[in-house]
Amino acid sequence: MKKLLSFILAAAVVFSMTACSGEKKSAEDGGNIKIGVILVGDDTEGYTAAHIEGIKKAAQALNVADDQIIWKYKVEENSNCYEAAVDLAGAGCDVIFSNSYGHQTFMAQAAEEYPDVTFVSMTGDFAAVSGLDNFKNAFTKVFESRYVSGVVAGLKLKELLEEGILTEDVQPDSFDADGNVKIGYVGAYSYAEVVSGYTAFYLGVKSIVDNVVMEVKYTNSWFDIDKEAAAAEALVANGCVIISQHADSTGAPAAIQKLLDNGTICYSVGYNIDMLETAPTAALTSATNTWSVYYTYAIGTVLKGEDIMPDWAEGYEQDAVAITKLGESCAEGTAEKVAEVEEQLKNGSLKVFDTATFTVDGKKVTSAPVDLSYYDYSSGAPVVVYAGDTEEAISGGAFEESTLRSAPYFALRIDGITEDAEPVE
Amino acid sequence: MKEMVTGKEPFVRIIKRDVPSKKDQVIPRVLAILAALVVDALFIFFVTGLNPFAVYGVMFQGTFGTSIRFSWALRDLVTLLCIGIALAPAFKMRFWNVGAEGQVLMGALATALCMVYLGGALPTALLLVVMCLASLLAGALWGWIPAFFKAKWNTNETLFTLMMNYVATSIVACATNIMRGQASSLGKLNMGTQAGWFPSLLGQRYNINIIVVTLVMFLMFFYLKYSKQGYEISVVGESENTARYVGIRVKRVLMRTMCISGAICGLCGFLIVAGKDQTISTNTAGGNGFTAIIVAWMAKFNPFYMALISFLLVFLSRGASEIASAYGLNDFAVDIITGIILFFLLGCEFFIQYRLVFREKTRKEAQ
Repeated sequence: MKKLLSFILAAAVVFSMTACSGEKKSAEDGGNIKIGVILVGDDTEGYTAAHIEGIKKAAQALNVADDQIIWKYKVEENSNCYEAAVDLAGAGCDVIFSNSYGHQTFMAQAAEEYPDVTFVSMTGDFAAVSGLDNFKNAFTKVFESRYVSGVVAGLKLKELLEEGILTEDVQPDSFDADGNVKIGYVGAYSYAEVVSGYTAFYLGVKSIVDNVVMEVKYTNSWFDIDKEAAAAEALVANGCVIISQHADSTGAPAAIQKLLDNGTICYSVGYNIDMLETAPTAALTSATNTWSVYYTYAIGTVLKGEDIMPDWAEGYEQDAVAITKLGESCAEGTAEKVAEVEEQLKNGSLKVFDTATFTVDGKKVTSAPVDLSYYDYSSGAPVVVYAGDTEEAISGGAFEESTLRSAPYFALRIDGITEDAEPVE
Repeated sequence: MKEMVTGKEPFVRIIKRDVPSKKDQVIPRVLAILAALVVDALFIFFVTGLNPFAVYGVMFQGTFGTSIRFSWALRDLVTLLCIGIALAPAFKMRFWNVGAEGQVLMGALATALCMVYLGGALPTALLLVVMCLASLLAGALWGWIPAFFKAKWNTNETLFTLMMNYVATSIVACATNIMRGQASSLGKLNMGTQAGWFPSLLGQRYNINIIVVTLVMFLMFFYLKYSKQGYEISVVGESENTARYVGIRVKRVLMRTMCISGAICGLCGFLIVAGKDQTISTNTAGGNGFTAIIVAWMAKFNPFYMALISFLLVFLSRGASEIASAYGLNDFAVDIITGIILFFLLGCEFFIQYRLVFREKTRKEAQ
């Protein structure tokens, strides 16, 4: 009898242990969490498609089943976003992501009402100062991959100059009065995210070809094929040899390909997606984000029952950014140089915004205070919505981008770059 | 009949029915909905491979899934209804106002500007009154301009009002770009102070929208049916010459009615900004200005029918986005599903008004 009892007890212990570990395993493997996703577009549009892919990859890696994710597509940046968020919270979501900057204020509104649910506003900028514990922001250090794409462009420029293909006789407009080579940049809007990006690209080019100047043309739109094409054409007409972009369409690369086919010397560096299909010989590469790195971190953290950090920003160190496949027009030795620069960015020996590499009004920058408050500008004068500290961004001889908060704040206008006053029509 | 048989008789002729009886009005509509559901089921089953009944269930959930969804549906309903009500007097006058989108936007912009620039200066109640008046004025002005040109130089009002939409959109785009300042998007207006936001009533700010539009619906019903001005509108709509003959000043009625139509659109802009979005963008009207044309037209300008049709349209669009979300369909597929339902419903209106007479049949009749 005793034997039987001890056998039963032992069996029970073993059973409960396996049951326990079984439960634990399922908690690690996706458990029963629910994820809500609010997207500004759908899979037909590059920016949102990249986020969808990132979330799906993360879900796969963490064994989160398809039916644990609720998607809301084409959510506008108005009360529809708030509604979608409330709807998802009501459906039992533990964490809700939104992928557009304009969703931010509406996500914050929902976050206030549902303190038990975590709301992540991707690319947003006021989580840390909002005083909401369940409201988070995240951004990649895409300026690092822009720098690398600048290196790719610089190598091409160097090749063109050294082989005598690009000279003042062939394309006189491509050189300014001081003999500097002109490059161009199609930007969406004039604010820190874009300024940070184009400066990183410029510094990447400058690290290879020192005598270079850049012209920036704005489209005042995130996605406008015609305007982006028109901006690229205008820049090439002004003599720019390489055109990069911070806008979401294929308008610029397509226009550059056409001009290249007609005999102008010009090449394109894209954004978000591989442009080789649009511009097979004109596209050199594109700077991209690998969003799955963040989503894996965020969803994994929620699975563990821990708190997501309010400001997440990673770059090459975690492989959160990259450049796409090099085009056939890239200069010889580009891949090797890219690998070298990427390694330096990874181990921290190279800083993109090293103050030794640029000047503002002819002077080296020694101090750059950044105000982390969130302002409402609508009435003309800025009104503080969430107050934040003003902190020094320069440390150790470099401007530290995306460390004080995840969203970019580099807004210095450095020498060698001119912004066109008028946006493209 | 007999002489029509000889000669070249068309294969099919369209004949207007006499005033259809209640039964003749209800049965075709029910059949149309059933037919639409069957065709949709075939589409869902063969193209998307899903179970049609499950999809219909999800569609139903879009509006009735939770009480909060139902209240959002009501709010969207009144937005659409408000514009439908605004269009009714103009359409009844045979003035094709397709500029509701722009009139709503101008009202919304006036509201937003008041919120931003007077937000700190006025007490809440006074601010709301000023916002409301500003929106009414802005909408009325946007409606009056094409009416004035029509009265003065007999311009084409359809083209004119349509073009005014694009002007309004550009003005709003420009204003939001200025108001956005150094931020990359405008976000909610007066986020810190909440000045100019509707106070929460029974838990939701937009409950005020629902009350206001219900009121406007009754007012418009009585205005069109029992007031002298309402009668003038219908006379002008039936025949301008008759109106002139009985001493109605047609041009004045034209401009006055379009001011009213525009003002109610402007009011709708006010409700959207203060009660729903608390922000403004070129999407503020969200296409409701065009959808409302269907609403006003299908309801034959009866405000109560308009409410019913608005509900149907809101139900369809909420159901559609719920399907898209639940099954991961892109919205082209979903648009087809709602498009089929609308196609049958609009098609059925035609058959209620008219009947087809085929050649074969008339010959037999002749024999």
